[in-house]
Amino acid sequence: MFAPLATEDGSGGEFVGPSINEFFPDAVLFVGTPFEMNRIMIIRVIVVVALVLVFWLGTRRMKIVPGRFQSLVEWGLSIPRDSIAIDLLGKKDGTRFLPLLTTIFFLVIGMNITGIVPLMNIAGTSVIGIPIILAVISYVTFIYAGVKKHPGKFFKNALFPPGVPWALYIIVTPIEFISTFVLRPVTLTLRLLMNMIVGHLLLVLFFLATQFFFFQVGGPAALFGVGTLAFGFVFTLFEILVAVLQAYVFTLLTAVYLQLALADEH
Amino acid sequence: MVRTLITAAEAEHNPLLPETADLVWATLVFVVLFIVFWRLILPRVKTTLDARAEIIEGGIKKAESAQAEAAAALDEYNKQLAEARAEAARIREQARLDGTKILNELKEQASVEAARITANALTTIEAERQSAIVSLRAEVGSLAIDLASGVIGESLSDDKKASAIVDRFLAELEDADSTDEKTKA
Repeated sequence: MFAPLATEDGSGGEFVGPSINEFFPDAVLFVGTPFEMNRIMIIRVIVVVALVLVFWLGTRRMKIVPGRFQSLVEWGLSIPRDSIAIDLLGKKDGTRFLPLLTTIFFLVIGMNITGIVPLMNIAGTSVIGIPIILAVISYVTFIYAGVKKHPGKFFKNALFPPGVPWALYIIVTPIEFISTFVLRPVTLTLRLLMNMIVGHLLLVLFFLATQFFFFQVGGPAALFGVGTLAFGFVFTLFEILVAVLQAYVFTLLTAVYLQLALADEH
Repeated sequence: MVRTLITAAEAEHNPLLPETADLVWATLVFVVLFIVFWRLILPRVKTTLDARAEIIEGGIKKAESAQAEAAAALDEYNKQLAEARAEAARIREQARLDGTKILNELKEQASVEAARITANALTTIEAERQSAIVSLRAEVGSLAIDLASGVIGESLSDDKKASAIVDRFLAELEDADSTDEKTKA
């Protein structure tokens, strides 16, 4: 069920772009069970195995004076630690939520980057499972952190911000409720998911178009194929940026929500 | 035909509705990675970072203490140097004082000695004078008696006789002198 089936239309056939079915390939393993795997699920497992391997090897025999590989791994781990967790939450709370933030950062980055890895060519985050699960975890964690820090007062502070005139609560409270408890997880999910879906569709579109111009249209029009190929290349580089950026944004927002929940006053 | 297939498939799949397997695998990969980071990777990194920080802090402390030691040694050295200088100045001053004292003592001794010598000389001279006076007095008496007896024994009007008497007296005086000297000797 792949879109490039357009080639079967023969010469002179019309161009068929990628569809949403790109993200729903056929199941190949454990068909019919809850553990049904299509190639995207397989990619996710490969990514996790790779991440565990890299970090396990990189921290296996750690030295005070690190070698190249250890330096690289330590540098990677310092991004969610120093510039997100400790920077936003301080030393104590930053360390407390570091495992979660580190996991989110590297899981998202790893799953995103497969979108441009040859032979994989699709992001593990381009189906809603990972974005929604991570958003739910982020949501539950910041509510848990807030309730634990301000027992009995967290929801009151969040929905009825102190210092606001009583009458304004009619407007403020619904806005606060929607922005804090509805929009936060929804935007976390959709921002990541849509970035990955659109990125993948763009790349497929450029490369399908390149193939279409080169092998079906031919002649002088094949020059268009050069253009689409160049765009495909540029957008592949762009996707690397998006992969890292989205991982950073997702982690940063989780930390910000935690920071707001842990703040003394809203 | 292909297009109708795709449209049909599109109707089945809504990207916003998660499938069970999708959620299952998303949860699994999260849980696995979370446990690995939480239980394995981050504690290892923390241990290393702590050890590194400790070594760096230890190095700084060591350098600080070495610097403090050096400063203390320098102070001690300067103090000792100042003490030695003061000691040398003190010794020089003492020597100078001692020298003056010795010089004064010597001067005093010399003057005392001179005074003593002078006094001795005076005493000797006085004693000599006394003895001379005593012996003179005795001799002059006897001389006067001798002379008187000579004068009385001869005529005093005759010049010849008088001069002879004086000559004889003088001769006798010389004899007496010589006998005196003989008796003295």
